[in-house]
Amino acid sequence: MLKIENLQVKLEDEDKQILKGLDLEVEAGKVHAIMGPNGSGKSTLSYVLSGKGGYEVTGGSATLDGEDLLELEAEERAAAGLFLAFQYPVEIPGVGNMTFLRTALNAQRKARGEEEMSATDFLKFVREKAKALQIDAEMLKRPVNVGFSGGEKKRNEILQMAVLQPRMCILDETDSGLDVDAMKLVSDGVNALRDAGRGFLVITHYQRLLDHIKPDVVHIMADGRIVKTGGPELALEVETNGYADILAEAK
Amino acid sequence: MAAPAQLTRQKQDVTAARLDALGPVPASGWSSAARSSALDRVVQQGLPHARDEYWKFTRPGGLTDAMAAPAALFRVEDTPIFDRIDRVRLVFVDGVFDAAASDDPELAGVRIDRLSQVAGADIHWAQGLYGVLEARGQSPVARPLAALNTAHATEGVLIHVTGKAQKPVSLVYERSSETADAILHHVIRIDAGAELTLLENGPAAARLNKVMEVDIADGAAFHHVRAQGRDHERQAATHIFARLGRESVFKSFTLTANGRLTRNECVIELTGDDAVAHVAGACVGDGDFLHDDTVFITHDAVNCESRQVFKKVLRNGATGVFQGKILVKKDAQKTDGYQISQSLLLDGDSQFLAKPELEIYADDVACSHGSTSGAIDEDALFYLRSRGVPEGTATDLLTLAFLAEAVQEIEDEALATEIVDRLEGWLERRRT
Ligand SMILES: Nc1ncnc2c1ncn2[C@@H]1O[C@H](COP(=O)(O)OP(=O)(O)OP(=O)(O)O)[C@@H](O)[C@H]1O
Ligand SMILES: [Mg+2]
Repeated sequence: MLKIENLQVKLEDEDKQILKGLDLEVEAGKVHAIMGPNGSGKSTLSYVLSGKGGYEVTGGSATLDGEDLLELEAEERAAAGLFLAFQYPVEIPGVGNMTFLRTALNAQRKARGEEEMSATDFLKFVREKAKALQIDAEMLKRPVNVGFSGGEKKRNEILQMAVLQPRMCILDETDSGLDVDAMKLVSDGVNALRDAGRGFLVITHYQRLLDHIKPDVVHIMADGRIVKTGGPELALEVETNGYADILAEAK
Repeated sequence: MAAPAQLTRQKQDVTAARLDALGPVPASGWSSAARSSALDRVVQQGLPHARDEYWKFTRPGGLTDAMAAPAALFRVEDTPIFDRIDRVRLVFVDGVFDAAASDDPELAGVRIDRLSQVAGADIHWAQGLYGVLEARGQSPVARPLAALNTAHATEGVLIHVTGKAQKPVSLVYERSSETADAILHHVIRIDAGAELTLLENGPAAARLNKVMEVDIADGAAFHHVRAQGRDHERQAATHIFARLGRESVFKSFTLTANGRLTRNECVIELTGDDAVAHVAGACVGDGDFLHDDTVFITHDAVNCESRQVFKKVLRNGATGVFQGKILVKKDAQKTDGYQISQSLLLDGDSQFLAKPELEIYADDVACSHGSTSGAIDEDALFYLRSRGVPEGTATDLLTLAFLAEAVQEIEDEALATEIVDRLEGWLERRRT
């Protein structure tokens, strides 16, 4: 589904290479996890895949079901089914959360040649999804992420994912800042979306999230590359021993 | 005419040329004294000049020239603003009252006269206000265009409100001539406990000079929502002079889209304790556009609140100007003053010039002011796009969000919706 080959990325206005030949493939129906030390390039990978500016791809490719992602505008990637739950969700003063969700959903539907959802249907649909994540009506009315606590912002990311129902979901440290109960809510939200047609790439530093969202494959990323790939046991190894051994072995 | 020696030659010439073009002050019964003293003020002050400190950001030439520069008429297809609002409409075409197009000025608790209609009378209730609030607003800063208006106004409404008006009075300013040079002067008196909502819309004239004096008695409320006409080449200098009594409320919002040159001055005096004055403006400018909000708020009573919220969206070389001052007098304790002016520059050609000022003589006050100028927030834009919102739509959404703080100053939801609809229309037209 998501196929990344030898991806090389540098900063646009700095001579700094961040991704240095990254290979990764996420199959439909699977959950892949990426772990790796701070600064190894995990967020950069997620931004480059979703179309953020400021980066220059100097080599390699990234495709979603065969379609060249790197050629598409950010909004086209979203309409093609790619979704990124941000490590740091952005606050948008003056834009209501509900308006934001509806504009996004209808824009994607329009781009795919589907009917827009009516205001009443949409309201019902969102309320149901929000309830599962314990996001109340008040939070839906407020401006996007403004004044939300760290955990509320993360839950709001998952709400967007639940509403937009993307095929390929990238979660960048969605667990950071979540209390134990919120971690459970968020994981339930993710698990509810797991199905044969959907792929997940879960970036995390902690095993705990992976107790709830059981990964099929775990990758270790360091210095802009995937240096080791294994099963769920790899995450446990990192949890107990840290990265030192793995990185030494990779060299 | 003898001009004071301290005026520059240039200033004297400009003033004399403009007064010559206007001819003698109209014969005017009860308002004669006010008009002749206003004329003295004009001669003493001289009309604004580009070198005046108060006009350093905005070249006043177009507003002071002897004759108005022609302005092409602008055909607008969409339904007029406020069409869905139940209101008493008074229509002026090129500054001339159009009785046939207007509603009967019948509204319980509200008496409406027109300036031209009562010009011949020897006495009128407006006598104690006409040119009076304007004259009070001449210090510490001279506003000669307003004095010129008092002297030479040919039309306007005189509204005396004695109760709570059940619907808004709506002044509709249409245009039919490319060269009309209109001078309108309104006087509004709101008695204790009474309330009025006033709506204004339309381009009015190729060049408009408008003054509105509003006297708000204790416990009274005045709400004002205005949409200045979309004609690209029109020019306007407008002044609002408001005086607020105890526990009274003044709230004014202005939407400006287009217009080559617009200077909106608002001069507010809080003279009774616990009064509230809010002035807000949202302006969207594209290309050959200069929009200037100049506000002067004087706190002269205890525990009053004032808010100034001005937002400007500028593109294609448009210019936005804001000059805002809060003056807190010695005894105006517990003053709560807030002032924000912000511009969203959609390209590098546009500019925003701001001069926010505070002058405070009381010690127990909370005043804040801020002025910013910036481009669209790239992070917010990417966030929206990453959710599938196309760049154009996302930019519009962020633009409306930027203007929201000003639009929220309109209390009435239906009126706010009218304004938002206009803004959306403006954005949409610029996207296609
Ligand atoms: N816009 C930028 N300007 C300068 N440096 C950048 C920029 N973006 C990324 N970097 C650098 O690239 C490297 C990778 O950053 P990235 O955020 O992708 O790491 P990460 O793996 O997500 O780290 P963390 O686990 O701390 O979230 C870091 O050294 C970071 O400082
Ligand atoms: Mg990161």
